[in-house]
Amino acid sequence: MEIETATGLDTRKVAIWTFIGSECLFFATLISTYLVYRGRSLVGPFPHEEWTSPTGQHFEPILEIKLVTIGTALLLFSSLFVVLALYGAQKGKRGMMLGWLGATIMCGIFFISMQVYEFTHFVHEGLKLSTNLFGASFFTLTGFHGTHVTIGVIWLTTVFILALRGKLPPEKALNLELAALYWHFVDVVWIVIFPVVYLMK
Amino acid sequence: MFLRPAIRRYARVWAPVALLLVLVLVGCAKDYPQTTLAPKGDFARLVDHIFMTTVWWALGVFILVEGALVYAIVKFRHKPGAAEPAQTHGNTTLEIVWTIIPAAILALIAVPTVRAIFRTAQEPGAEALQVEVIGHQWWWEFRYPDLKIVTAGDLHVPMGQTVNLRMTTADVVHSFWIPQFAGKRDVFPRRFNNIWFKADTTGVFSGQCAEFCGVEHGRMAFRVVSDSPEEFAAWTASQQSGSPMINGGNMTDSAIAIAIKAANHDTSAAVDSVLARGKAVFLAGGCIGCHAMEGTPMAGMMQLVGPNLSHVGSRHTIAAGTLPMTDENLAAWLHNPDSVKPGVLMKLPRPLTDDEVSALVAYLKLHK
Amino acid sequence: MATTALDHAPAHHAEKTGLWSWITTVDHKRIGILYGATAFAFFLIGGIEALLIRIQLAQPDQKFVSPETYNQLFTMHGTTMIFLAVMPLSAMFFNYLIPLMIGARDVAFPRLNAMSYWVFLFGGLVLNSSWLFHSAPDSGWFGYANLTEKQYSPGANVDFWIVGLQILGIASLAAAVNFFVTIVQLRAKGMRLMRMPIFVWMSFITQVLLLLAFPVITVALVMLLMDRQFGTHFFIPAGGGDPILWQHLFWVFGHPEVYILILPAFGVVSEVLPVFSRKPLFGYAAMVFSGCFIAFLGFGVWSHHMFATGMGPFADTFFSLVTMLIAVPTGVKIFNWIGTIWGGQLHFKTPMLFALAFVAMFIIGGLSGVMHASPPADLQQTDTYFVVAHFHYVMFGGSIFALTAGAYYWYPKMFGKMLDEGLGKLHFWLMLIGFNVTFFPMHFVGLNGMPRRVYTYPAELNFGFWNLIETFGAFTLGLSFLVFIVNVYKTWRSDAKAPADPWNGATLEWAIPSPPPEFNFAELPVVVGRDPLWELKRQRGGMLPEPPFHSGQGIHMPSPSYWPIVTALGIAVFFCGFLVGFPYVNIAGVLLTFLGIYSWAFEPA
Repeated sequence: MEIETATGLDTRKVAIWTFIGSECLFFATLISTYLVYRGRSLVGPFPHEEWTSPTGQHFEPILEIKLVTIGTALLLFSSLFVVLALYGAQKGKRGMMLGWLGATIMCGIFFISMQVYEFTHFVHEGLKLSTNLFGASFFTLTGFHGTHVTIGVIWLTTVFILALRGKLPPEKALNLELAALYWHFVDVVWIVIFPVVYLMK
Repeated sequence: MFLRPAIRRYARVWAPVALLLVLVLVGCAKDYPQTTLAPKGDFARLVDHIFMTTVWWALGVFILVEGALVYAIVKFRHKPGAAEPAQTHGNTTLEIVWTIIPAAILALIAVPTVRAIFRTAQEPGAEALQVEVIGHQWWWEFRYPDLKIVTAGDLHVPMGQTVNLRMTTADVVHSFWIPQFAGKRDVFPRRFNNIWFKADTTGVFSGQCAEFCGVEHGRMAFRVVSDSPEEFAAWTASQQSGSPMINGGNMTDSAIAIAIKAANHDTSAAVDSVLARGKAVFLAGGCIGCHAMEGTPMAGMMQLVGPNLSHVGSRHTIAAGTLPMTDENLAAWLHNPDSVKPGVLMKLPRPLTDDEVSALVAYLKLHK
Repeated sequence: MATTALDHAPAHHAEKTGLWSWITTVDHKRIGILYGATAFAFFLIGGIEALLIRIQLAQPDQKFVSPETYNQLFTMHGTTMIFLAVMPLSAMFFNYLIPLMIGARDVAFPRLNAMSYWVFLFGGLVLNSSWLFHSAPDSGWFGYANLTEKQYSPGANVDFWIVGLQILGIASLAAAVNFFVTIVQLRAKGMRLMRMPIFVWMSFITQVLLLLAFPVITVALVMLLMDRQFGTHFFIPAGGGDPILWQHLFWVFGHPEVYILILPAFGVVSEVLPVFSRKPLFGYAAMVFSGCFIAFLGFGVWSHHMFATGMGPFADTFFSLVTMLIAVPTGVKIFNWIGTIWGGQLHFKTPMLFALAFVAMFIIGGLSGVMHASPPADLQQTDTYFVVAHFHYVMFGGSIFALTAGAYYWYPKMFGKMLDEGLGKLHFWLMLIGFNVTFFPMHFVGLNGMPRRVYTYPAELNFGFWNLIETFGAFTLGLSFLVFIVNVYKTWRSDAKAPADPWNGATLEWAIPSPPPEFNFAELPVVVGRDPLWELKRQRGGMLPEPPFHSGQGIHMPSPSYWPIVTALGIAVFFCGFLVGFPYVNIAGVLLTFLGIYSWAFEPA
């Protein structure tokens, strides 16, 4: 059922935008907390500095910037891929839609895997949630972002399966567009998090 | 006597108002030992001045606006058969006027406010007496680093000299409030806050914790004792005896006995026996686990859970303002702290016998 | 007439009754009634908590309740009144009225709306279930760290508070998205933004505040939960954490929350005053813009709750000046309300009495607010009964009076029956007197040195006299709501039907039958002005006839669904996992949530 709306916009799209607006404050709070506690950890390991514990244990700077840069790049590219997939969906180009959507999902999965590797590596190196303020604020911030990426991947995969079963004709491309909007938002948040956490020293 | 109906109707309307007035007068005539409205120091006077400025403005606005409201309610009440009122939608001039006038009034309040903000934020001069205030669940500790005194419950200050309170907490967030001398200041762990004031009268005044801090937040009071300079000097001298900040609290029993006899103006041998018996109970009863006390192995400790008791007999209250310092109250407290102040952190390792309690009461009261 | 043929047609959407129809309902009006009934029940619980507090404080050194119980009572009183009473009572009006006032058949997402309600209900139940475990939250509605950390609050009390608030936050956010989109998208033809009823405007601003404020408390609560359960040190000084950060995050949420509680009340009063003055709202545009300005400034004043923390003179000055600035648009509102009744023909029906009392009481609350906008003065007032008096004048004298006005005003629309005027007036006078006797003396008691949140006070401080009077006032207040309950019961038993437009209303909801049919409008209205119904009546030269019966044939309405309640249950179970400390419960909750969302997404609408 199509309802004529007061603005002429699609209601679900307005809802996603509204939700994204609210989410901005969610991440703003997490990022602010990270920034407030930057450099205020009482003990190491630290993100960008070496640290030797009172017992003589030595810790290198813990962040692995190279690996995360690759993940970041793939996440950025996936935003482009999902635009191409949407174009395919709107024009009824099934192959294009499925191909680019698949690529988007793969990028998302790579990003999540990278984060899982990074987290286990950190725990192995001696940085846990409870280790210091850096551990707490880092895991919370990137963990919540990772959760959002995961939800995005699940959503995109659902749309992918629908498309595979031929249930995403051009007039229903909005179903993909909504997921794509959310996906862009998740990417944009990472564009803020990446320099704040990994590049700013 | 028969009242005329008009008067009777009049009385019916005004009787509740009169009753209310009587109530207000009765209520206001009382003496409030913890009031903010009778400042006794420079800081509190400054605050009171700002407050009263806003009160007068607010009262004026209140009378005008509520007056207009009541006038409109009476004047424009529906009259049967009246025509439909004029359908006015607004008036731009009026909107501008009633935006600007409140803004102007607020500006008049804001100017002295900002001045007072910066005045109260000034650091006191070097001649100020430094006192460290430490919040504990649920009592206040006071340390005088220059005078080398550690005490609790009573904050002694010399009248006429600025006192600078440097404040923190040993556990959770509290707020130190001395209504008659200054305002409140929250205390945070591992952080120092400060507030200052100069008392201009002598006397004993109440204050208490103002930030919710757990079960016994309601019973976390203290007294501010404003002494004349001579009284303060005498108090200082007596409190320094056995202080953990002097020689690590080390004092021989005989030196303590001499000091206590002098403080109590009693040189009889009975004092010695009370001291000996009390100290034995203090050690055996487990008091020593939490309290520093002159003449005991813990005399020099500064980080114990409970307050330093070396001069407990000189304090006005026990259990942080809960009870006046009397023999009966002290005995009740020592028998079962939890019945006096439920949830208090003071836990006796074992119940004390009546004999032990009376020995302790006598012992503690001597420590003036 | 074409409509007479329809009069005898069988109702297409026969009103279904029975428990199941309520559980699966997606009708905004039924959900509104559910919100109202639930919120009123919680309001009574919060009120009983208040009465117990008042008994304990009636005299010095009383032992009516233990300190532990007292702390639970005042914590739950605040939390309940804010999150379980005033917010959902406002939500009742959002639900019931926004679609009717903007001329829509439902909200934008009817099932999301149902889910919001169920999540709210479960959140309220989880929070209050803590009483059964003797673990009701006991650290204040503000939950200041580090008292709320495990070391100082080892019990489950604080966990109940965190989990309850998180669940309620989800409900508020989902509802806020829904109403925001509803107002943006579903306005009837011709209802431009500046023609919306002022209640819709104030609700709209409230949704924006909810959307921007709730994420902040969500994150803060997550961090507190992690401190308590996963060993982080966000607010633990020993690990470098800072309890002051909690205060900032809490009040960045907490101050806009104050406006979330009061703006809907502004809206209600701005609807009631014109109708009973027979005169349009004075300064509509000024009302709209002052509302927006208040909301905007509301995000820049949070630290005025923290003057005693010692932020330094520059921060104090900034937050003090912005706080004073908020008094300007608030004053504009009050003057416009007086302007509205000025020159009118005032009809003192019960809703009007409550609305006028709202204005009178709110002025008092506003003026005492200016007094503690001044940081040096606030150093004496903060955390005393003066502040308790202040915020009860704005929250009770403000919000509750206005919401009660709204309840009497829209009751006939919602239930098709009029509440009794005599009992209504009795309710009003008892409430007005009880309220002032309870809260006005608190100004004196506070200034004379009585701090908040104390379970007792020593006799020598002489607070006993006023406290006893306050307790009498509180019981008068309680009695006033008993009268309200009697009124509702009496009305419920009576057969008298209310007309569609009993008050000579100005807005669209009065054009349709009382209670409205499921589809609201047989024909979607077209709006040409601000008070559409008054304009129509003026054109006709009199009251409108009762709207004709319409069977609703051919109007598509969303079908009922039980997936919203399943999803809501999943969300509640997920959060309760943190209470039982059993990760499988969290996982079960997530799975249930996904099941609910997927089934709902693929269910035909």
